[in-house]
Amino acid sequence: MYLHAVSPQPILYSYFRSSCSWRVRIALALKSIDYETIPINLIKDGGQQLAIIEYLEETRPTPRLLPQDPKKRAHVRMISDLIAGGIQPLQNLSVLKQVGQENQLTWAQKAITSGFNALEQILQSTAGRYCVGDEVSMADLCLVPQVANAERFKVDLTPYPTISRINKTLLALEAFQVSHPCRQPDTPPELRA
Amino acid sequence: MNPVVQQPVDFGILPGSLRPCPGEESAGGPQAWGLPVCPVQATSSIRSLSPQFSEEFQALNPMKQVPALKIDGITIGQSLAIIEYLEETRPTPRLLPQDPKKRAHVRMISDLIAGGIQPLQNLSVLKQVGQENQLTWAQKAITSGFNALEQILQSTAGRYCVGDEVSMADLCLVPQVANAERFKVDLTPYPTISRINKTLLALEAFQVSHPCRQPDTPPELRA
Repeated sequence: MYLHAVSPQPILYSYFRSSCSWRVRIALALKSIDYETIPINLIKDGGQQLAIIEYLEETRPTPRLLPQDPKKRAHVRMISDLIAGGIQPLQNLSVLKQVGQENQLTWAQKAITSGFNALEQILQSTAGRYCVGDEVSMADLCLVPQVANAERFKVDLTPYPTISRINKTLLALEAFQVSHPCRQPDTPPELRA
Repeated sequence: MNPVVQQPVDFGILPGSLRPCPGEESAGGPQAWGLPVCPVQATSSIRSLSPQFSEEFQALNPMKQVPALKIDGITIGQSLAIIEYLEETRPTPRLLPQDPKKRAHVRMISDLIAGGIQPLQNLSVLKQVGQENQLTWAQKAITSGFNALEQILQSTAGRYCVGDEVSMADLCLVPQVANAERFKVDLTPYPTISRINKTLLALEAFQVSHPCRQPDTPPELRA
């Protein structure tokens, strides 16, 4: 009789609307990793989801989420950190609670436009079809959820044609659709696709 | 003939920044990190900035943030992206463990600090919350993050944040503890953070890179 060492299925603690959770869902979808979702309500977005994505990349290396060339990898990480560290934490749920309801929209818009101004400029030198060259990377996983947040906070995206173009191209991909907040186990009925 | 190696132009203070001495240039690049900063090297880093400093800086670094490292013909912003690039191109001594699970722990702690605490108490955010709110705001951001970090360290820490080797997580920890002290955060609830911080501060790399010993440190703050 053989005892098989079966790896238990990965479990993702996810909040349907959390952009951090969404990034990881995209990565799992791209790598065709089946997982179980345990919904967590009002998750504290801590921006540690990049560590998860890097772990997935190191242990399930195909398809790639980071290019092979170190300089391109640096560009991918730079863009990811800019979004995950420079924009998202400033407009997440717990921070918005602190600034007070009447200030929330302005605060969030400022955080996003400030970051998108920088990002649009960086993309001029790194972007091809996607954020860095022509392959989907961790940077693209960060971009789509952040654009969704921008739309939610009514940020005018006209000044960001490159961000908009790349976002549109990515949303056509299956991994970005199945992972969308509107299609999760914990998506409230009124927000379901 | 010795090859000419362009020294990186360092626009800012890297966490745990390690700088080579001029003697390393002709050896084909930095061979051994963690050597003391030589005054000549430090001065020449500043002199090498061109008169169009602000334009060049902005073009290379659109968010006008510090740090930005110009190296090997590219410019990288975001401290963790810089550190990961250095790790991939100059792999010794290691800043990330070999084991993927330990690497994940290192990155998780680094992300928690660099993404979860620091951005909420940096200069531009503090300006926005207004002077009368700044201290409370910063303290809240730090204690919130340190509560989580102290707990994580219970399962990852050895001598340092993750096991017994210095890693990227430790590079993030020390500057954040310095910020905590600056904002008068009570560190008594964080004995593990405090212990590790103290151990790290005894290491040379953490001393030479300290804010009190930089080319641009104001006289009143100099060590």
